[in-house]
Amino acid sequence: MTFLVAENMTGGYGAVDILHGCTLRVEKGQIVVIVGPNGAGKSTAMKAVFGMLKLRGGHVMLDGEDISALSPQARVAKGMAFVPQTSNVFPSMSVEENLEMGAFLRRDNVAATMEQVYALFPILKEKRRQAAGELSGGQRQQVAVGRALMTEPKLLMLDEPTAGVSPIVMDELFDRIIEVARTGISILMVEQNARQALNIANMGYVLVQGSNRYTDTGEALLADPDVRRTFLGG
Amino acid sequence: MDFLNAIVTLLNYVIIPASSYGAQLALGALGVTLIYGILRFSNFAHGDTMAFGTAATIVVTWGLQSLGVSISPLPTALLALPFGILITAALVLGTDRAVYRFYRAKKSAPIILVMASVGVMFVMNGLTRFLIGVREIQFDDGVRFVINAREFKAATGLAEGLALRSTQVITLVTAVIVVWALFWFLGRTRTGKSMRAFSDNEDLALLSGINPEKVVAVTWIIAAAITTIAGTLFGLDKSFKAFNYFQLLLPIFAAAIVGGLGNPIGAIAGGFVIAFSEVAVTFDFRRVVAYLVPGDWTPSGPIQLLSTEYKFAVSFAILIIVLLFKPTGLFKGKSV
Amino acid sequence: MKRTPILFATMGLLLLAEGYFGSWNTALGIFNMGLISAVLALGVNMQWGYAGLFNSGIVGFVAIGGLAPVLISMPPNPGAFSAGGLGLILSFAVAVAALWAAVIVNRRASLHVRMVAIPLILFAGFLAYRAFFGPATNAIEAINTAAAGNLGGLGLPVAVSWPVGALFAAGAAWVVGKTALGLRSDYLAIATLGIGEIIVSVLRNEEWLARGVLNVNGIPRPWPVPREVDLQLSTSFTERAASFGIDPVTASTLTVKLLYAALFLIVLIALIWLAQKALSSPWGRMMRAIRDNETAAAAMGKNVTLRHLQIFIIGSAVCGLGGAMMITLDGQMTPGSYIPLRYTFLIWVMVIVGGSGNNFGSVLGAVLIWYLYTKAETWGPQLMGYITAGMTDGSVLKTHLQDSAEQMRLLTMGLVMLLVLRFSPRGLIPEK
Repeated sequence: MTFLVAENMTGGYGAVDILHGCTLRVEKGQIVVIVGPNGAGKSTAMKAVFGMLKLRGGHVMLDGEDISALSPQARVAKGMAFVPQTSNVFPSMSVEENLEMGAFLRRDNVAATMEQVYALFPILKEKRRQAAGELSGGQRQQVAVGRALMTEPKLLMLDEPTAGVSPIVMDELFDRIIEVARTGISILMVEQNARQALNIANMGYVLVQGSNRYTDTGEALLADPDVRRTFLGG
Repeated sequence: MDFLNAIVTLLNYVIIPASSYGAQLALGALGVTLIYGILRFSNFAHGDTMAFGTAATIVVTWGLQSLGVSISPLPTALLALPFGILITAALVLGTDRAVYRFYRAKKSAPIILVMASVGVMFVMNGLTRFLIGVREIQFDDGVRFVINAREFKAATGLAEGLALRSTQVITLVTAVIVVWALFWFLGRTRTGKSMRAFSDNEDLALLSGINPEKVVAVTWIIAAAITTIAGTLFGLDKSFKAFNYFQLLLPIFAAAIVGGLGNPIGAIAGGFVIAFSEVAVTFDFRRVVAYLVPGDWTPSGPIQLLSTEYKFAVSFAILIIVLLFKPTGLFKGKSV
Repeated sequence: MKRTPILFATMGLLLLAEGYFGSWNTALGIFNMGLISAVLALGVNMQWGYAGLFNSGIVGFVAIGGLAPVLISMPPNPGAFSAGGLGLILSFAVAVAALWAAVIVNRRASLHVRMVAIPLILFAGFLAYRAFFGPATNAIEAINTAAAGNLGGLGLPVAVSWPVGALFAAGAAWVVGKTALGLRSDYLAIATLGIGEIIVSVLRNEEWLARGVLNVNGIPRPWPVPREVDLQLSTSFTERAASFGIDPVTASTLTVKLLYAALFLIVLIALIWLAQKALSSPWGRMMRAIRDNETAAAAMGKNVTLRHLQIFIIGSAVCGLGGAMMITLDGQMTPGSYIPLRYTFLIWVMVIVGGSGNNFGSVLGAVLIWYLYTKAETWGPQLMGYITAGMTDGSVLKTHLQDSAEQMRLLTMGLVMLLVLRFSPRGLIPEK
């Protein structure tokens, strides 16, 4: 059974709809990437899946359960985690406290999860007493992803995780994301760096003006001459 | 040349009074800065919340006194303090329900909340006067001095006496305990950390499942506690008069802004900066200088920068300088 | 809109009823002070209603405006200027020079030089200022201490002092606005709170200026308002009064109050006319655009801070004008009476209840709230009387309740403000 099904999503922030019947599916342990031109509604689609935007049509199902009516907080409790594109850490709090806040809703012992995060991002363990606001851009992104992982989510959603980081850091982040997916966590992410992202993706969605234009495996999309010409710059 | 007497004079008239006043301002500024950090507006009702909290404490003190309860040599008001805090916390929580929550849900501009706090200020001012009247009230029934000027002179043989009032010692000790407890709470407990997270990044705090209404409620309770303590200490040290608390609003705001609005450490530093500047600028240094220079150099007139009537001008001047040169404050505050 | 005239007519009827059933003297008294409150409310409305600026130091601008009648229209204190005038001028010159030097250093020098030089310049400047200022003020205060002991005025007609009062307030507003505008909106509120307290404490303490708490009495009347005593001595007036069947004393006070009312009405109408013109001009539209969306306006290239500074100065100037008018009406300057709750926050209640952003709303709110505030002074104890009627005389609760009737007035004003802000935030006469 498909883990996340967001079907026919229609809606926007005000009177004007940004999404027009957009559909996204994520299988268990898959990496799904949403790409598309600026203003295509990529981030909006992500926010709609997370409940940060009221839908006028369509529904969101997680693990067979309809969660369309739930608030973002309730969706966190259901096993979704979201990493916003900007201001995604608590800048004056230490790295460790950032991770603790990620696990705020959990009442059990979080030490094991924290060790897993540190194993994934060793630099964070080194800097765990330092304020997150003082870290470099790439390290901050690691804190942000780490914070989201602390809830032990089944679906991790990332909004342009590599925005504003250097190519080397980007490659490293993608490697980590693959590692996360190997542990069975499904990943849904929006990416500007479409080529690199599709390289690691099981599935890719190309959105244009709020609706699906192409849907295929990452490999197939990279090979498709139309997609290459229009969206990947040749 | 008489360094010892000069130092004693300085201690007696500047350092000790400024320290206890600084502690009172620091606690007041902590309340303002906490509210600002979490609810993101400057609470104009703060001075009157302080007055109300103190008035409530005084009423309970009177009740305890009439029952014959006493913790001599400490003032009875310290025993009444927890009750005063409870009453004040109930009042501010009620105010939040009735007034601020509505604007929070509507995501109104901060200035609308400031405006609403002016309305709350009026109501609290009226409540305080209704509760206790407008006259000046002395409610310190503890032992007055830890060090008495006359005994100090007799013991040391110095010309200058050193007086250390018990209220000054109580103020400093209480302030240290309160600040320690607050920082322990903010740095070590789950709820305290969630407050810091909320203040740092509200949206992300929501995504992490932090309940904003709980954070707000806890903030009001803590602010009520600190504010009541600050007001009671101020009242014990000087005396209680509702209008004096309204006038404390300016130095308290100045302290919070100097330290950086939203930053608790800044609020404490700011409180002492304001208090020491205020006392030092309005103190007449003639006697201190007279001890330090040869006899015929003794100044004829007062060596005082400003008369005490203008002590508020000192807070204002410092406020203006900080706004001009470093609007985020000495310790990085929230934003400009 | 039919609502505005109906509301104004109702207000008029309330005042007429007060005159008819109570006393015409009280009714006119409320009306006159209501008109002055309306001027103040117009000033605050410009800042808050047009531009969304929160001024919490209105009391200071009212007070500094009130200084103008003293300095402009009181008779000179002979000898005072020659005794200390030069010293005063020198001290102010030194102060300005020091500030100017500090500004120059701040602009030209490197950071390290600035951090040392600016405090030094300011400190030295302050000491030099004090060296001239102290002896000068002492000399002034020594002259004719019992009756004056201050600089005295220029002896000009009091009407001249009204625009001067506006200028004084504008100057103070410039200083505050220049520093606090362009930062967070709360900062202006806090900075104005400070300047308000400082202006009032200067007036209270600087005896050479306006005698401090010794008060200045006998501020001249503006043309054409006569003194009651002169009216009572004039036979033609007493005969006319007798023909209306009113005793000369009442007639004289009523005449004086009516003339004041006429004078204030002229000023108020002129102000409303100007304010309406400004509001509908491109300038006014831009102001409101900035208020409604500062970011968008700034993105369109509008200098938001400069516009805010303009409106802040103009609004404060109107408050200063009102302050000068009020001192003229009172005939005396009593610095002890400038209480923030009365002159800052009550004006706020007026503007909010009336309808912020609407000039007519502010005027209506001012007269209405002043009427209610005055009446509440008698209604409060009466109401408490009813409430406590059933209690035994002399019981602690009864005396306490009766004593606190006066305090309920502030509480009620606060409640009115909160209720209007929440349930009818646009006020009685909303902005179009």
